[in-house]
Amino acid sequence: MKWTWFHKLASPPHFYRLAGRLTPWFGWSALIVISAALYGGLVLAPPDYQQGDGFRIVYVHAPAAWMSLFTYVVMAVAAAVGLIWRIKLAHAVAASCAPIGASFTLIALVSGSLWGVPMWGTWWVWDARLTSELILLFLYLGYMALRSSIDDVQRADRAGAILAIVGVINVPIIHYSVEWWNSLHQTSTVMRGDGPAMPASMLTPLLMMFVGFKLYFGAVLLTRVRGEVLRRERNAAWIGEVLQK
Amino acid sequence: MSTPVQARTGAMAAAWLLFRRDMRLAMRRWEQIADPLVFFLMITTLFPLALSPELSLLRNVAPGVLWVAALLSSLLAADTLLKSDAADGTLEQCILSGQPLTLLLLAKTLAHWVLSGLPLVLVAPLVAVALGVPATALGVVMAGLLMGTMTLSLLGAIGAALTLGLRRGHLLLSLLVLPLAMPLLIFGARSTELAIAGENASGPLYLVAALMVLALTLAPLTTAAAARIGVE
Amino acid sequence: MQLWRGERHVLRGVSFAVQAGQALHVCGPNGAGKTTLLRVACGLLHPEEGSVSWNGADIRASGSGFLASLAYLGHEPALKGDLTAAENLAFDIGLRHAVDAPQVAATLADLGVADCADLPCRVLSAGQRRRVALSRILLTGAQLWILDEPFTNLDAASCERISAALAQHLARGGLALVAAHQGLNLQAGSVARLELQ
Repeated sequence: MKWTWFHKLASPPHFYRLAGRLTPWFGWSALIVISAALYGGLVLAPPDYQQGDGFRIVYVHAPAAWMSLFTYVVMAVAAAVGLIWRIKLAHAVAASCAPIGASFTLIALVSGSLWGVPMWGTWWVWDARLTSELILLFLYLGYMALRSSIDDVQRADRAGAILAIVGVINVPIIHYSVEWWNSLHQTSTVMRGDGPAMPASMLTPLLMMFVGFKLYFGAVLLTRVRGEVLRRERNAAWIGEVLQK
Repeated sequence: MSTPVQARTGAMAAAWLLFRRDMRLAMRRWEQIADPLVFFLMITTLFPLALSPELSLLRNVAPGVLWVAALLSSLLAADTLLKSDAADGTLEQCILSGQPLTLLLLAKTLAHWVLSGLPLVLVAPLVAVALGVPATALGVVMAGLLMGTMTLSLLGAIGAALTLGLRRGHLLLSLLVLPLAMPLLIFGARSTELAIAGENASGPLYLVAALMVLALTLAPLTTAAAARIGVE
Repeated sequence: MQLWRGERHVLRGVSFAVQAGQALHVCGPNGAGKTTLLRVACGLLHPEEGSVSWNGADIRASGSGFLASLAYLGHEPALKGDLTAAENLAFDIGLRHAVDAPQVAATLADLGVADCADLPCRVLSAGQRRRVALSRILLTGAQLWILDEPFTNLDAASCERISAALAQHLARGGLALVAAHQGLNLQAGSVARLELQ
């Protein structure tokens, strides 16, 4: 079958070496793309005609918000793969995703709250996106709390996987219910950070920022999964071989 | 003492047996039913004391008070759903009985709902009236809470199964279940709000019903999978 | 068969087969993994490597077919304290097949706990609860018995009765996996020993 490559990738020693080689590529390209995007967004792009320079926080807020959701989906898919095909590496990926995703969520929340000051003159608005992010943060915290209170790694993996899958089914429901709730109560404050109306000089750095955040996510995820693999396989013979090199 | 080979109990009969057993157990420990109910009444009493006895003001916050109180008392009750069965080994025996665990746990959750959710729905009109909700809205309040508490019991079962035997399990259960219950809170409270304003509340009620159907189909499967992990 | 529990490699390289009419006596010091082994055999735990087969088929594939022929006695007697012994048994057996009330009474009497039938299980002594739980095993009519420390809290006379019931079970072509500190008082030849380190 063609699945041999897959099993090879899922074997911890092979993955460990491959990830070690890939991480610098992801890391450096993330640094370059994000630097370029920051220069484009903070220096080259013109100020917004309504918000002035305040809008520039979108270059952090929007990619972080997007990545917080993206990471949750990655986590749930990895968890499902681990649960169904009993692949330990997939569980390690899921476990590594949670703190990264929670950090992205936190960045989105803080940047969104900072954005509130120039936009609405207040640190917190019950805006649809911010509220969704807050609930997403709770989902991440619940996942991490569940994992941390189970001592047995395999049980933690599988219980966490179930929670991640339940969570990912709920994420769209939460998202739309919050939007619906928000549209009933305060229609005027829906935050629109991106949209087709943006001129190219503003949009290009934003899109580059999305790419840069993805690359950064790749680098951090690979690093974390390597650490997770080391921790889980610390009694395996190949670790000694790898570390002696 | 030879044991003849007997016909296997059907899955539905087994589920019904478990439902009846839980009912009988509850009848012998009725305080289990009373606890969440008293908790519900007490939370709803806190608000007039903290805010003001003014009915016109309470009427505005009544949807939130009713639904948040229902949510919290459901969480309180969910902790007891599987705990004793896991501790005394009967959950293991259910798993090993060869009957579909999903169905058994659905029966168990329904029994739990009849004992903890349904009483709450029945006293809700009293609480609602005390909060200034007009009599015309009581039907919507009860219908919403009927479906809402059912959904909460099903979600609580997932949380109870995931936290089986864990230290700080009770607190963890709330942390896991609360974010999942937020859409329900939004739709449920909105239906009550519309009913109090004398408008048509069927839209959000349908959404609450949709959430209940989703929970009825998916939650028992999840609970069963989590319970198998929990007894390891 | 291999199994890790957290940091510990609980079972390593354990392998056994049990034939009809045979009992396997699992012994070893505390913490050797006796309970773990029995739980793996029930399918409650899954080994990292290796498998458990029943009638030549993996138990995870045969599912409820295997469970229908299994009766498990765990550390906990699995009795509800607020239900009487008879009610507990009626539920446990009822999950599997129709309950024959006179047979339940006869089995309880056989194990010397007839007078406990209508008492709530919480007032019973540990030994009485153990015997009620053992009656469940007898009543299921399962072919495979997996018993974890069946003799705990039992007096000498009760141990005799259980051993006799076990011998009868084996004579009928039943199988048993028994974890116990003391030896099984059974006919030589029908008992295999598995020593865990």
